[in-house]
Amino acid sequence: MPFLPVALWTDRLIWLLVVAVALFAWYCSRRPHLAAPWARVLRSRAAAASAVFLAAYLLVGLLDSFHYRPRLPVRAADAPQAYSVEVRSVLDLALAPLRNRVEKTYSAPLATRLYQKEQVELPGGGSAREYPRLRHGGAHLRDEGEWAADVARRALLGLGFGAAVLLAAAIGARPLRRRYPGVPWGAALCALGALLALAGPLAALAAGYHVLGTDRVGTDVLYQALKSIRTSLVIGTLTTLILLPVGIGAGIAAGYFKGRVDDAIQYVYTTLNSIPGVLLIAASVLMVQVYVDTHPALFPTAAERADFRLLALCAILGAIGWTGLARLLRGETLKLSELEYIQAAHAFGVSHARILGRHILPNVAHIVIISLVLDFSGLVLAEAVLSYIGVGVDPSTTSFGTMINAARLEMAREPMVWWSLAAAFAFMFVLVLAANLFADAVRDGFDPRVRVGGAPAAPAGAA
Amino acid sequence: MLAYVVRRTLYAVPILVGINLVTFALFFFVNTPDDMARMQLGVKRVTPEAIAKWKADRGYHKPLAWNAAAAGAGRLTDTIFFEKSVRLFALDFGRAEDNRDIAREIGTRMWPSLALALPVFLVGIAVNVTIALGMAFFRATYLDLWGVVLCVAMMSVSSLFYIIGGQYLVSKLWHLVPISGYEGGVDALKFLVLPVLIGVVSGVGAGGRWYRTLFLEEMGKDYVRTARAKGLAESVVMFRHVLRNALIPILTGVVVVIPLLFMGSLIAESFFGIPGLGSYTIDAIQAQDFAVVRAMVFIGSVLYILGLLLTDISYTLVDPRVRLS
Repeated sequence: MPFLPVALWTDRLIWLLVVAVALFAWYCSRRPHLAAPWARVLRSRAAAASAVFLAAYLLVGLLDSFHYRPRLPVRAADAPQAYSVEVRSVLDLALAPLRNRVEKTYSAPLATRLYQKEQVELPGGGSAREYPRLRHGGAHLRDEGEWAADVARRALLGLGFGAAVLLAAAIGARPLRRRYPGVPWGAALCALGALLALAGPLAALAAGYHVLGTDRVGTDVLYQALKSIRTSLVIGTLTTLILLPVGIGAGIAAGYFKGRVDDAIQYVYTTLNSIPGVLLIAASVLMVQVYVDTHPALFPTAAERADFRLLALCAILGAIGWTGLARLLRGETLKLSELEYIQAAHAFGVSHARILGRHILPNVAHIVIISLVLDFSGLVLAEAVLSYIGVGVDPSTTSFGTMINAARLEMAREPMVWWSLAAAFAFMFVLVLAANLFADAVRDGFDPRVRVGGAPAAPAGAA
Repeated sequence: MLAYVVRRTLYAVPILVGINLVTFALFFFVNTPDDMARMQLGVKRVTPEAIAKWKADRGYHKPLAWNAAAAGAGRLTDTIFFEKSVRLFALDFGRAEDNRDIAREIGTRMWPSLALALPVFLVGIAVNVTIALGMAFFRATYLDLWGVVLCVAMMSVSSLFYIIGGQYLVSKLWHLVPISGYEGGVDALKFLVLPVLIGVVSGVGAGGRWYRTLFLEEMGKDYVRTARAKGLAESVVMFRHVLRNALIPILTGVVVVIPLLFMGSLIAESFFGIPGLGSYTIDAIQAQDFAVVRAMVFIGSVLYILGLLLTDISYTLVDPRVRLS
């Protein structure tokens, strides 16, 4: 085989999550009462537009979740097949040109020359200190005077290509449009247009330049930013794998059984809540770090070690974050368990497990979905801060936090190296903004108070 | 009232014990002191003697929770659990890796932290409430719509960006205030202006939107309709009725963090070089100084519980309907 597939733990969990979400969507789509709130969500223009951006991020993140180890060139005919220790992903394969075009050190966005002066040999003999030409960025230009024209040509080409894709999408969406007239397709296409207007020129320029510059070791910043997307998505989503079961279990049990059980669960979550979050995360991550460092045998490759730390961070965030969900669910369950239909179920002798599963859980599901979606953006932002403090992801993992952390050291430099920071913040901002807007729409769509009258209770709240 | 406070304080004891157990488990069970020693001394090429000495210097050589070798009460007291965890209750935090007394360090670093956190807190609330009141006053107009959009956009920006961007703009480009550093006395002012400003601005998005929701919820209530039906001016309704009633939910979120202001802000302090508790904690995390992190976890928890107590008491002050019993 030309490659050896590698399934990192986060990969497996991501695909598990994708399958679970797909099953849930299929389940909902066959039941009108479950599909109705989602239809309400998608009828919001903000949600449709942000869904387009979220889908683009998701696509990059999922492509980055197929990992493999490429085969090394065979030295002798009878040698066994050897695979590189470096783990790559399908995204790396797609971005191979970006990945391989490494410069010596910093270069500004779209630059043709390095950001630092170097001793260069002059063609006529002798040497001078000047900014040398980049090895890859703008290397196709024979004369640097063509730079402006070349950049403009490529940007226009990219825009044109984006427009063509948009047109194709608009035509392709026509049958869907007829089938689902309620969905604001105009807003979605506008968002797609904005996305393509950014991505088209970016891609066209990236073929010849470092569009967002290079970092200290000469890696393309655009490549780093795209790789960071997966880390953000992993932290925003896999955390829920721990958070959900614990939060739902504890919250419903406390609200339903009351008494001793309630006291015990309340005690646990008050205790956890009392410890300042960042410190508890820091302490736990330090412990994981010690564990990883003292058990090197468990993690043969650097990628597996980084992956374990990423997963541990998700687990820690989940183990600390379930208290909020549990408190909400406890309150709602307390209310529900006093209602007549639950008491009727008791009178009929329905077992506790069945009451919890059939009658309580479906009726608190909207709270679970709303709080999950709301948590996502907070987790993405938290990752950057935690990585900055040094208790986030492994330093070898590319993430928005590690990008910011690395760029921070260059802030004192004159003139400032701003492109790494700008790229990380811009990519993060778009992701978080889209997530926030989508979360708002989900909250409005699932809020039972909205459902009754058909119109939102607070008209201005829909924004 | 006094009986209530005493009862609540007693109720806090089991929670503090729980916190203590959690931190103890984290710091000594999940990883043994041997692991920590290896971490501090370098993972490779470390002799058992060096580890033993490291542990003995810090008192980590004792048994974890039960000393069978000792006699009488010493069986319980001559252990890591007693020495390191129970002693925290007496505010005896031990020494940091650089052999300084942690309690003294906390005592001196508390004030710069407070000097930064308190203005951020007070100005922040004033600004957020003003903005939220404005949006609620102009509800369902374009002003309100764009205000909310701006708030959502502002809360989508990473807090690190506010700090880095603010430092770049104000200190580097305009040269208005020093980029970072700190001095005692009145000189502190010029170092604190920028962090306070950034702290307030970075909180406006989330805060303004949250308070706006509270105000709108309050405005949907019957007594507001009654006030309007009486013929009161909209401004009187807003300030006399809505604002004062919305204080109750605002207090819930606000009072609880007041004691935590002593802890300072982790990120801002380290960016601006303010020698407060926040930067102390970050330094300790980065140097893997477990004694300091443990102490800070304990103090933070105590302050949080104090905040919960203050929240309950403040309810009685703003809402005469609430009686603590």
